[in-house]
Amino acid sequence: MLSVETFVAISLIKTVIALFVLLTAVAYTVWLERKVVGHMQNRWGPTRVGPFGLLQPLADGVKFMFKEDLIPPHVYKPLYIAAPMLAVIFALTSIAVIPVGNSISIGGIQTSLQIADVNIGLLIVLGITSLGVYGVALAGWSSNSKYSLLGGLRASAQMVSYEIALGLSLVGVLILSGSFSLREIVDAQSGTYLGFIPRWNIFPQFIAFFIYLMAAYAETNRIPFDLPEAETELVAGYHTEYSAMKFAMFFMAEYANMITVACLASLLFLGGWHGPLFGPPLLQALLPLFWFALRIFAFLFVYIWVRGTLPRFRYDQLMGFGWKFLLPLAIANLVVTAFIVAVRS
Amino acid sequence: MVPISYYLILGGILFACGVTGFLIKRNIITIFMAIELMLNGVNLSFVAFAAQWKALSGQVFVFFVMVVAAAEAAVGLAIIIAVYRTRETLNVDRVNLLKL
Amino acid sequence: MLHLILFLAFGAVCVAGAINLLVQRHPINSALSLVVVMGSLAAEYLLLGAEFVAAVQVIVYAGAIMVLFVFVIMLLNAGEEERTKGSRVAMIFGIPGMLVGSLLIAWVLLEHSRTQSVAIGALPGPPKTLGWLLFHDYLLPFEVTSVLVLIAIMGAVVLAAPPESARRSD
Repeated sequence: MLSVETFVAISLIKTVIALFVLLTAVAYTVWLERKVVGHMQNRWGPTRVGPFGLLQPLADGVKFMFKEDLIPPHVYKPLYIAAPMLAVIFALTSIAVIPVGNSISIGGIQTSLQIADVNIGLLIVLGITSLGVYGVALAGWSSNSKYSLLGGLRASAQMVSYEIALGLSLVGVLILSGSFSLREIVDAQSGTYLGFIPRWNIFPQFIAFFIYLMAAYAETNRIPFDLPEAETELVAGYHTEYSAMKFAMFFMAEYANMITVACLASLLFLGGWHGPLFGPPLLQALLPLFWFALRIFAFLFVYIWVRGTLPRFRYDQLMGFGWKFLLPLAIANLVVTAFIVAVRS
Repeated sequence: MVPISYYLILGGILFACGVTGFLIKRNIITIFMAIELMLNGVNLSFVAFAAQWKALSGQVFVFFVMVVAAAEAAVGLAIIIAVYRTRETLNVDRVNLLKL
Repeated sequence: MLHLILFLAFGAVCVAGAINLLVQRHPINSALSLVVVMGSLAAEYLLLGAEFVAAVQVIVYAGAIMVLFVFVIMLLNAGEEERTKGSRVAMIFGIPGMLVGSLLIAWVLLEHSRTQSVAIGALPGPPKTLGWLLFHDYLLPFEVTSVLVLIAIMGAVVLAAPPESARRSD
């Protein structure tokens, strides 16, 4: 067992690395989105700044830092300044329980590639998602303007409604794996059916996967569920009155939420980091990370693909879809899964 | 090793703050929040005793208290919205007559 | 030692949040202090080893019930509180009364209770055992609470619905 000091030191190092990787991933997800949506719309996307526009996120970051950070006089200042901070804090915190690989040992110290290996990891991610509503709701309210308030109310009602379908769609996976710990859920997906189909949870739980996909689009306020922040609808919804760095923080929070949701989908439905391992031991230690990143990339690509393709839902259609279709379907999936597991054991 | 009585005192302080809030506040939503604070203090006492006797029933009962608190919050806030629609005020001192 | 330090730290945050709820005039500040209280209570539950209860506290209480409160405050545009005569009387008699009462309770608990000490994370068992208890020994209360939640949903929808005259126009 590690001593307290070693544990704290290792956790700090892991946290710094994880945050660095996550923030870089957020920046390059923005680049990926602009490129992919651009190509879908038969145009290039960013090409001028660096090769293939790869330095575009850097340019955007510099732009946001130098923009004038205006605080309108009519806002409720404490919450106005706190809301984007809350949004980013909750978006970045869920990386703490996401495992990206098996244990590795560096210099004789055995540590798992996860900042906090708790046995209720899935519940913690759900809890942090629930808390993420505060950033949006408080931003809309503290801006003291009609569009922001309406956008904030709509966005928070949408997020709260689809949280339920999100949580219920994961209970089927829980029943199959028997544990809340994300690492154990991934370990339950090792092995194959019939020798070549991997034992991923997407195969028995395909309905749950689609419910999760749709609930994730609604939770992260992305098309087709992005009415609360659509430019043509409510100016910009809850972040109308925000400029420069605070707006960048909302943006970062949205993309970080997307990445968290993609990580969770990869862990729970797509088999985590399992994949063919070959080569020398160093390559074998790094390959699980590569397979995990590949799954996340595929999920994010589907996210961006849907964004470029579908029109958006009207608000009443959106709420009706969440409560009257996804929720009963998730409960039905749960009942059928529980029945099958009970009959089989 | 922390004695359980410390946890109970913390729960008691939260309960006392809840009762104080219930008595001194005039906005009905804040009074409601004081009730939630009282329920939280009670939850902490339940879990503290469950830890002492290593009985998991304490935790199960916390679960039920939370469900009841959620149901009560939903219905209570709906009533508050209905009262606000007719009386146009959230101050309990002004909602003291049955006549509008 | 670590247990005592963590307990006192989160306990101080709890009590500060509770007192802030009483002191603030605007309900949104009180609501946010209550969220802080619930978060630190979740940490206290973790110290006692009740990890499932801590997670449910964050998901249900801080993440759903308090969001409902914040929503209603935003919807009704609740403003700052006014000081009326009743509240002044309650403050003069109530606050010293509650202080005396809570000091009395704290003294009794410290001196005369026969409670023991617990180590950090004292409660045993993974969430599975809790689920077993919930669905075997406490199945009837579980089903009754589901009926209760159903009644609460119906009640909330009926009570908060707009009056008949507003709905005639669609």
